[in-house]
Amino acid sequence: MIQPRSMVPVTGIGLHPESASAPSGVFHPETFGLDNGMEVVVVSNHRAPVVAHWVWYRVGSADSPLGKSGLPHFLEHLMFKGTREIPPGEFSKIVARHGGNDNAMTSYDATAYYQMIAKDRLELVMAMEADRMVNLDLSDEHVYPERDVILEERRSRVDNEPSSLLGEQLMAAQYLHHPYRLPVIGWFHEIASYTREDALDFYRRWYTPNNAILIVAGDITAEELRPLAERTYGRIAPRELPPRVRVAEPPQHAERRVVLHHERVRQPSFVRSYLAPSFNSEGKEHAYALEVLAEILGGGGTSRLYRSVVVEEGLAAGAGAFYRGISLDATTFRLYASPRPGVDMAALEAAMDRQVERVLEGGVEAAELKRTKQRMLAEAVYARDSLGGAARIFGSALTSGLGVTDVEAWPARIAAVSEEQVHAAARFVLRREHAVTGLLLPARAANPST
Amino acid sequence: MLTDLIAAADFGVPSTAAKVEPVVSATGIKAYLIHEPSIPFLSLALYFTGGGATDPRGREGLAFMTAGLLDEGAGPHDSQAFRSELEDNAIRLSFDADRDGFSGELKTLSEKREHAFELLRLAVTAPRFDPEPVERIRSQILADLRRRETDPDYLAARTWFAAAFPGHPYAHPTRGYPETVRAITAEDCRRFVASRLARDNLVVGVAGDITAEELRVLLDATFGDLPAESRRPEVPKVQPRVGSTEVVRMAIPQSVVTFGHGGIERKDPDYYAAYVANYILGGGGFSSRLIEEVREKRGLAYSVYSYLYDLDAAPLWIGGVATNNQQVRQSIELVRQELARMAKGDIGETDLRNAKTYLTGSFPLRLTSNDQIAKTLVGMLIDDLGQDYLERRNDYIAAVTLEDVCRVSRRLFSGELLVSVVGDPEGL
Repeated sequence: MIQPRSMVPVTGIGLHPESASAPSGVFHPETFGLDNGMEVVVVSNHRAPVVAHWVWYRVGSADSPLGKSGLPHFLEHLMFKGTREIPPGEFSKIVARHGGNDNAMTSYDATAYYQMIAKDRLELVMAMEADRMVNLDLSDEHVYPERDVILEERRSRVDNEPSSLLGEQLMAAQYLHHPYRLPVIGWFHEIASYTREDALDFYRRWYTPNNAILIVAGDITAEELRPLAERTYGRIAPRELPPRVRVAEPPQHAERRVVLHHERVRQPSFVRSYLAPSFNSEGKEHAYALEVLAEILGGGGTSRLYRSVVVEEGLAAGAGAFYRGISLDATTFRLYASPRPGVDMAALEAAMDRQVERVLEGGVEAAELKRTKQRMLAEAVYARDSLGGAARIFGSALTSGLGVTDVEAWPARIAAVSEEQVHAAARFVLRREHAVTGLLLPARAANPST
Repeated sequence: MLTDLIAAADFGVPSTAAKVEPVVSATGIKAYLIHEPSIPFLSLALYFTGGGATDPRGREGLAFMTAGLLDEGAGPHDSQAFRSELEDNAIRLSFDADRDGFSGELKTLSEKREHAFELLRLAVTAPRFDPEPVERIRSQILADLRRRETDPDYLAARTWFAAAFPGHPYAHPTRGYPETVRAITAEDCRRFVASRLARDNLVVGVAGDITAEELRVLLDATFGDLPAESRRPEVPKVQPRVGSTEVVRMAIPQSVVTFGHGGIERKDPDYYAAYVANYILGGGGFSSRLIEEVREKRGLAYSVYSYLYDLDAAPLWIGGVATNNQQVRQSIELVRQELARMAKGDIGETDLRNAKTYLTGSFPLRLTSNDQIAKTLVGMLIDDLGQDYLERRNDYIAAVTLEDVCRVSRRLFSGELLVSVVGDPEGL
């Protein structure tokens, strides 16, 4: 089968719902804390003499100062622009000279930096990461060309892509007030207004060990890591953190539609986004059931949406559902479809809504619930295959209000989800007054695609 | 302390402890295995030589469409039944095609292993091509092609290949064109399977919880019924046509550029020197000259890169950059300038040392998951690199001298470029 591209907002981090799929007690992470408040998670995996080293900060694009949307992502880029000890642009080159790979990412809720490297080079990258946690030393000649790089990044990821433009408009409509309405990369005109001081202010406010989580996965134990962590991050004094204030979303009363007609659209698409609880927000008791619901409705080629709208009715080329529960604040539950040629968008939307009605009316069947849960639990075994994957799961969970024990308990909690809970979760979330419907359509004057 | 750590760059390259076991089954199926029992599952990668470049004229996209249909019903199972067998058992099975080959991937928990291999057997030996899935997958491919009609990245690459290989199968995209995809029939797909999927052009890589003896038996059970020999048209050797700049006008804020010319054969004695040279020029992420000049110094682009693309009938060196319309010319000029620097041998011992420490030190990072290992193993069989390649590969890199890199750079980077641009570039 061929998976259509789904329509999800640009997050920069691309957390997949499966990221949460850690099998029960299988990662067996060890945890400890440093005296300065930095948390440490170790996931041992001795298959190769290699480690994945990650530092996650509990700050993301939803913490941007007013009028400076995307500033945390700009700072993420500037973290490669040098300290007193590491010249600008040298960080990644030093990692490469030691046979490692490195990069960084920004999401709504977190900013993370990582290196994959041979185990005997771990202390080097820890020392360098600790150095740039507090010693960033920026000059204009490196800051402003990087701002141009981000404008180019925005053009690549968003402005050149009609589906990304719609995704941005959809998020801005989904959240009336909460800062998830702002794109992770920032609005173009606000990126253009960033200054060096903006970035440094933000850095001094949020980059401190007591706001950071160290995650190391690979050929190492907590006992081996602790002295390294104490020699590097442990030497940094903690700083008082400002309160992390995010405006709360008010009640939503009216459904919304965002329709993007674009001359470069040849293949239309439909997306329905419902405001939904995350594992950490109001209504979080529904989160596990929502993961199961997304699988039943739209996970793979035997899901309800695919079977009915794509296979049986033949209205869509592809259809599915998407839920991302790992989020500090309220998230979205999405349905998406792309029509086959000549299919009216209203007919497609009606077909999708019939499946929504069906699950609202009748809930789910015992047999499909059992099959779906079995599949989700089995997939969790595969999550252990990748070093970086384990580090990402813990990092995204821990920066979204979850604990290590939540990750480890995931299979047991999925296994416990009942028919009634899935039905209740569907009724809680699939409400039109919480929903935005997005349509991506060809330019009005253009001929319909054939 | 930091400076001490940075300076200590001498290399104890981590060895790849994993041992490659060659497995040849009774019916002649060739496989490499790395037995890794720590997690109860396995990853398998398979590859049949012969891909989209062997598609019949007027049926471009056949290999790709067949790949999309092999897991859509086989043997006694119609499409929904087959998908249920896979999904309910958490078996991941998929197929894909590129210009030179037809590939597949299987991933299964140990407890479902027999069942997974049986489904794989059915997919490659008894696919059904029922009317419903054929029309559905066709509709998905057509929808995807409509999206790509205005996707600048796709168009830049398609334009490049069309200009580089006029009259040659490499001119055509593996996904085909709307009109050729509409023309493909179930019978075409059946003929493709019957003639292309055989034992003599198949190689398999496996990593995970299975022993060589268990695998040997499953290889015969799974692939033993395939025909002994494949039948496919020869893809003639060809040189890319270079020297022009092809512009596709599109009203977008940022132009997407593909550039490139001929590359180097995988079997060429200078291949590793070329690999090092490309790392220095454009393969090395933040360490590459292209990133340094285009992104770091000038902020002209978010991404700029190059790589060796080992097509069987036309080895290539290809690169790309995306930059706003006003700066396209300048970015292309910078690429040409850096190519010229490489060609005239402006490469230092430090460049070489840094490239080598990265390329040798990072090799084990590519071998940390069963998925990656299975793909690496199948790649070793495709390129005939030998079962001891994982142990010897870093020696090949370490043996490259500055003279080798300069010689191969002169040969590789002296020629003219073929450039394709999609966007509204100024001055082009």
